[in-house]
Amino acid sequence: MRRHLPRLALVAFSLLTVACVPKKDPSTSPEALAAAAKAKADSVAAAQVEAARVAEAARAEAAAKAEAAAKAAIAKATADSVARAEVIARAITATRSTFAEMIFFDYDRAELTTESRETLEAKLPILRANAGMRIRIAGHTDERGSDEYNLALGQRRAAAAKRYLVSQGIDESRIDVVSFGEERPMVEGADESAWSQNRRDEFEIVVGGDALRVP
Amino acid sequence: MRLRPFLVVSSVVLSAALGAQEPAPGVRIGLTYAPGTRPGVYILPMRGAGADSVRGIVARDLDHGDRVAVIAPEGGVVPSGPLNYALYQRLGAAAVLQMTMPGDGSLQVALHELVSSTVRNSQRFVLPQPAFGPGWRLAVHRVADEVERWVTGQQGVAATRVLFVRGGTLWQVDADGENAMPVPGVGAALGPAWHPNGSTIAWTELGDAGSRILMRDLTSGRTAVMSGRAAANLSPAFAPDGAQLAYAAGNDGTDIVVRPLAGDDGAYAITAGRGSTNAQPTFSPDGRRVAFTTSRLGRNEIYISDSDGANPELLTTSGFGDQLYRSDPSWSPDGRTVAFSTQIEGRFQVATIALRDRSVKQHTSEGINEDPSWAPDARHLVFTSNRGGSRQLWVLDTESGRMRQLTRGSVARMAAWGPRLPGAR
Repeated sequence: MRRHLPRLALVAFSLLTVACVPKKDPSTSPEALAAAAKAKADSVAAAQVEAARVAEAARAEAAAKAEAAAKAAIAKATADSVARAEVIARAITATRSTFAEMIFFDYDRAELTTESRETLEAKLPILRANAGMRIRIAGHTDERGSDEYNLALGQRRAAAAKRYLVSQGIDESRIDVVSFGEERPMVEGADESAWSQNRRDEFEIVVGGDALRVP
Repeated sequence: MRLRPFLVVSSVVLSAALGAQEPAPGVRIGLTYAPGTRPGVYILPMRGAGADSVRGIVARDLDHGDRVAVIAPEGGVVPSGPLNYALYQRLGAAAVLQMTMPGDGSLQVALHELVSSTVRNSQRFVLPQPAFGPGWRLAVHRVADEVERWVTGQQGVAATRVLFVRGGTLWQVDADGENAMPVPGVGAALGPAWHPNGSTIAWTELGDAGSRILMRDLTSGRTAVMSGRAAANLSPAFAPDGAQLAYAAGNDGTDIVVRPLAGDDGAYAITAGRGSTNAQPTFSPDGRRVAFTTSRLGRNEIYISDSDGANPELLTTSGFGDQLYRSDPSWSPDGRTVAFSTQIEGRFQVATIALRDRSVKQHTSEGINEDPSWAPDARHLVFTSNRGGSRQLWVLDTESGRMRQLTRGSVARMAAWGPRLPGAR
């Protein structure tokens, strides 16, 4: 303790000296003014930065919203388009199916039945809506009877369908006919269930099938 | 030379002739072949390369001809020296066929008539090489056909071929069922027909856009389109003189048209079907008449008319209200009958109608049988039948009713029996 006495005396003197210095007005001192000005400037800058940050955030948010909205719109449009395309595709498929629907004949007959006429009627709007369309009607027979005669019978069956379509106003130059007789059966078999399905006319689009218009 | 199965001279003369090679001078002796009889022909064993094949082919051809009873036992000794005619008579033979192969590629054939104890016919035939090839086989068939003519007065039909449809294209087969092969270079084909020259054929080509008639020279391979612009062209048939080709053509129904094969004259129609089917023409042997299938009555029937279409008349018919159908006419080469398919109890059968009295004879009853085509002998028919399980070609002897299967394997149909091939008598 005795060894530290000089140091303690020095500290006490220093404190006394400081306490005896006369005080000045802080608001009027140049340093204070400068500091205040600086603080004020800093505050303004900070506010400006903050405002900019907020604005940027708002812009980003707005952009994100806009982008999301755009994406949603695109998605919706896409979905609508796909749906529309699907609707169109379904309609075209249905049109093709209607057009391709076969007609059937009684044994050794080439006359159209009432049902065959109705089937042909359904094809008329398609032919009218597609004026550039050319078709081929192929006549077939069952396996019974003369192979050669069946080739001729198939021709009469195809011609019967053509004759009906022409009678309803379809230009005959748009319709080709061909017979395959018994050479290309749809169903293999030697009973009436097979024969009845093989006595038929098939309908094929030769030209205009790629750009088929739905009536 | 014809053999006569019925003895017309005394047994004394016959006894004197036994063992001799020549008949007694000034004595009429012999046999008369009559339809329905089958004189026995003993075919002697023979020596040489391919001898067994030659003997086997000739024996089978004569058997298929249905006019002789073949006696050709396996093995046996090749006789040397004069034949013991009495021995063969005891075996039931009316004639003995002796064939020898001198070794120069030829075949020496002698026919011994037992009732007269003479060699009635003798001829040397050249067998083209290589042995056993199609040309060699054809030459052996010609031997058999000639022997049949010596024995019966009627030439056989072994040296002929049959065109038919298999797998959608044309095939041909020898009349004994051998050498079945496709006709090269023919696409989708139906309804073949032979020209009388035996080296030209016609057929219906079936394509996606329609059918047309093609004609080919089998020797040169040259092919020509014979039909016009109609969508359907089918069932070609050559006139017997080979100067015209008839076929069916049309867009709505078909009519029979005739196209001259020479000159500038165009094709002309001989029917006016007005939307009905008129098809499958077949000419009478003199070319003056034609039979065809028509639906002009509402059902299929066979009509017959002059070859220019005049004087059409219904050939096949039965009772009022008959709704059965008949088709596939084929006019016999002797002009006497027309073979056709007819529906009986729901199934098609082969029948013939005699032109003299319009009597109809049904030839088949087992399975479905249709599309007959006459052989050049006016006795045998080839037709399509499913009696064996699948559709194949069968041959019918219209006199005896005997049948044999001609083709085996994949489905075969629409047969056309050709004329005797070039070189055949």
